[in-house]
Amino acid sequence: MITDIVLRDLTVRYGPTVAVDGLSLDLAPGKIYGLLGRNGSGKTSLLSVLASYRRPSSGTVTVGGVNPFENRQVMRQTCFVRDTLDVADSDRVGAVLSFAADLRPTFDREYAARLLDTFGLPAGQRVTTLSRGQRSILGAVLGLAARASLTLLDEVSLGMDAAARTTFYRELLADYLAYPRTVVLSTHLIEEAAELFEQVIIIDRGRLVLHEEADVLRGRGVTVTGPAAAVERFVAGRTVLSEQSLGGVRAATLYGRLDDADAARADADGLTVGPVGIQELFVHLTGAQR
Amino acid sequence: MLDDRSPIYLQIANGIKDDVLSGTLKEDEQIMSTNQYAAFYQINPATAAKGFAQLVDEGVLYKKRGIGMFVSPDARARLRRQRRERFFADVVDPMVAEARMIGVDVQEILDYLGRKR
Repeated sequence: MITDIVLRDLTVRYGPTVAVDGLSLDLAPGKIYGLLGRNGSGKTSLLSVLASYRRPSSGTVTVGGVNPFENRQVMRQTCFVRDTLDVADSDRVGAVLSFAADLRPTFDREYAARLLDTFGLPAGQRVTTLSRGQRSILGAVLGLAARASLTLLDEVSLGMDAAARTTFYRELLADYLAYPRTVVLSTHLIEEAAELFEQVIIIDRGRLVLHEEADVLRGRGVTVTGPAAAVERFVAGRTVLSEQSLGGVRAATLYGRLDDADAARADADGLTVGPVGIQELFVHLTGAQR
Repeated sequence: MLDDRSPIYLQIANGIKDDVLSGTLKEDEQIMSTNQYAAFYQINPATAAKGFAQLVDEGVLYKKRGIGMFVSPDARARLRRQRRERFFADVVDPMVAEARMIGVDVQEILDYLGRKR
């Protein structure tokens, strides 16, 4: 069961706080999505609704055309790994994995054991004694070995060291290639995870900023640097995300691709054009107005 | 290898073109599958597939159904023709601009190139 997910005017409120604010989104099956947003932007609330851990305050969610909330069939195919891990803290790692395997028919015990080995996490250790990074590793193992057709991973690399994160990205990609499924991965480490994403979803203050193919976003932003007057002439009528000046030199970050004619004009005006990566673009799109 | 500052599918396509031009990839040789490529470069397979599709569109690669992707028989000649057309604009003009800026005159460049023959 790999199916479309459709969100319409989704709103999640906690008392007076609006965490998700009228968000609409269509997710085609079988892709890896990067869910990006600043702290408190509504990522976890959005994932909680996708996972049916929480009912929306208003709006609708459908998974394969049906409401997933308290739907046994959909729930069994959905795996949500979040900060709290939702495991018994007094259990040992091995017992946590056994319990997950008993609950879920798609769970691959052997793969989970191999992952523990690869990450160097002892099965005999109690959850209470795990470090922040080790807890995250346990979350990653639970999320990957579940092989759920909808896999929701919320900040699962939090606190992992660089080697563990590299292992996590490598395992996620390898297992996705072998067992294609829908993966939604939220992360603040945009630069290092971006190459795994097929599509990127950016939310800010509970609203959708953009939903775009990751490769389309690369090169979607450009910086234009040169004499202030020439830069000003060039950027007129374009979407300027930020600008800074040093003496007579000005650098402007623009949203939107330059075509060949634009590039030739910039060159003729003595301007230097540079690319902007996804993380930089994210900062510009979500940072300025706060 | 790959950077995050320009579309990865273009970087992949350009890398394969360079391999064809340099002879690392021979004509009618099979190239890696999308999944092999994705695993090797640690990128999303859809992105790799887009790079391959671009090369099929440009006639650099051809598809054998159920087997994989191969380098087109005329790919090298075609790529050489394209690169030669752009050579003066892409390579020589920037060099001349740099030379002007630092006061190297064209005769000096010609003398240097003469010794390279």
